[in-house]
Amino acid sequence: MTAAISLNNLDISYSGTRVVEGVTFDVAEGESFALVGESGSGKSTVLKAIAGLAPEWSGEMSILGQPRGHGPDKDLARTCQMVFQDPYGSLHPRKTVDAVLSEPLAIHGLGNRSERIEKALRDVGLDRRFRFRYPHQMSGGQRQRVAIARALMLEPKIMLLDEPTSALDVSVQAEILNLLKRLRAEQNLTYLLVSHDLPVVGFMCDRVAVMTKGRIVEIAPVDALHHGDFTDPYSRQLYAASGG
Amino acid sequence: MTEPLLSVRDLRVTFPTPQGPVEVVKGVSFDLGQERLGIVGESGSGKSMTGRAILRLIRPPGKVTAEKLAFQGRDLLSLPEREMRALRGARISMVMQDPRYSLNPVMTIGRQIAEALRVHENLSRSATRARVRDMLEAVQINDPDRVANMYPHEVSGGMGQRVMIAMMLIPEPQILIADEPTSALDVSVQAQVLDLIDTLVKDKGMGLILISHDLQLVARYCDQILVMNAGRVVERCAAGELDKATHPYTRGLLASVPRMNEDRDTLPTLDRTAWEGT
Ligand SMILES: Nc1ncnc2c1ncn2[C@@H]1O[C@H](COP(=O)(O)OP(=O)(O)OP(=O)(O)O)[C@@H](O)[C@H]1O
Ligand SMILES: Nc1ncnc2c1ncn2[C@@H]1O[C@H](COP(=O)(O)OP(=O)(O)OP(=O)(O)O)[C@@H](O)[C@H]1O
Ligand SMILES: [Mg+2]
Ligand SMILES: [Mg+2]
Repeated sequence: MTAAISLNNLDISYSGTRVVEGVTFDVAEGESFALVGESGSGKSTVLKAIAGLAPEWSGEMSILGQPRGHGPDKDLARTCQMVFQDPYGSLHPRKTVDAVLSEPLAIHGLGNRSERIEKALRDVGLDRRFRFRYPHQMSGGQRQRVAIARALMLEPKIMLLDEPTSALDVSVQAEILNLLKRLRAEQNLTYLLVSHDLPVVGFMCDRVAVMTKGRIVEIAPVDALHHGDFTDPYSRQLYAASGG
Repeated sequence: MTEPLLSVRDLRVTFPTPQGPVEVVKGVSFDLGQERLGIVGESGSGKSMTGRAILRLIRPPGKVTAEKLAFQGRDLLSLPEREMRALRGARISMVMQDPRYSLNPVMTIGRQIAEALRVHENLSRSATRARVRDMLEAVQINDPDRVANMYPHEVSGGMGQRVMIAMMLIPEPQILIADEPTSALDVSVQAQVLDLIDTLVKDKGMGLILISHDLQLVARYCDQILVMNAGRVVERCAAGELDKATHPYTRGLLASVPRMNEDRDTLPTLDRTAWEGT
């Protein structure tokens, strides 16, 4: 079976400064894989490189068996979508929710737009009042849900989720996590999820990679969160601090 | 009785919409002394709007009214904008929910924090640089000199939050309103940053309004808690009593938190019909 995401010895830099070093892992199709670790350790950077937004990388990267080039890739958008850590920055300030959600459908020539938009909004728990709002007319959590809805519009196979629920209160978080879990089961989606919240990782993921200072120090099955059997000192410290 | 730092009575925020005006904060009242007040509640319940309204940062066409909105006895609603500007950032500061987009994108982080310090005291250039450095270290930034020279888009999500906190704390405000200040940080860094804020509450008598969706965190770092739902305060309790909360909405929030040893296949969500109309 081909891996959904395969990274081999990936180094990533910004303007010549290397921030991620030697990252290697495979995520199987249908698997949910977590990246956790220190703030500033390079988690978002790994996701950005896969999405084509951090072009200064070396090593090997392939998505569903296709080697990945160094720029943005329109076909990739159909199979692989990203939800960004800052919902504010990822939504265009002068576009309504309706415009944000219909754009990918138009680019990829998909029909039934109105129905699809209403369904996507319902899925993330937003009623139709929000359809014609601008980002500044919504709360932080409402914006984040629009960003999740947008990523789901094209029914991708792979979702890169960067702290998708950290702006959400626990009740909405529960709804979104349940939705993501159900979609994965129904459509065999693959998730690469960044989260600082270990219980969220325990609920959503099969395996977890721990990063610090640009490197992965340990990859463990998610059971490690139940039993606390991490081996690397940094992972142990992170686990202990989270009340594990 | 001494006068509270901040006194809020019947605060309301309204926006016009095509369907008519919508009230998103519907009569919130509380007093804040030299203490820590937590505001929790569902997404869209009006937490950020309450914080912004206190600083008169609601953008038109939004409207703010209140029976009373007073900072150390001064009426904030009638204060001229010029005086309000002097107050913001110096006496009352607010850590915004979207830190990287609330910072000035074309100014380095070090310069922005230095400017925030300048409103508070006039120091030489080298003394300013040292204070900025200390402050970045205090919020657990490992390499303060590198980060001081970066622009906001070059820092990670969690670094952006800590930079914003550093910038808001450096002028030693009397009130800090912190809107989801640590939502991108892991538990250990979160604790160090909140301990720092705590020290300022204890040593300098700062008042803190901590807006967060993290119930455990608010229970640990606050004295009093307000639970908001649909623009209203539906429950008030002492932080230590949060687990004894009685409102069905608060109970529902507590149940939907994932646990470290999670074995539930789906998380319980709120049955919103249970308290509708309350
Ligand atoms: N555009 C950029 N230019 C230069 N450096 C950058 C840029 N974006 C990120 N960095 C740096 O790369 C490092 C890794 O950042 P990244 O955003 O990947 O961290 P992260 O693990 O996602 O952290 P967090 O949990 O705080 O979001 C940080 O030191 C950051 O300052
Ligand atoms: N310009 C606007 N016009 C109409 N409604 C608005 C406008 N700005 C905000 N709102 C609404 O006001 C309500 C309260 O927003 P607020 O930002 O205070 O929520 P919050 O409690 O901070 O939520 P979150 O936890 O998601 O950040 C939301 O339902 C939002 O959609
Ligand atoms: Mg990040
Ligand atoms: Mg908010």
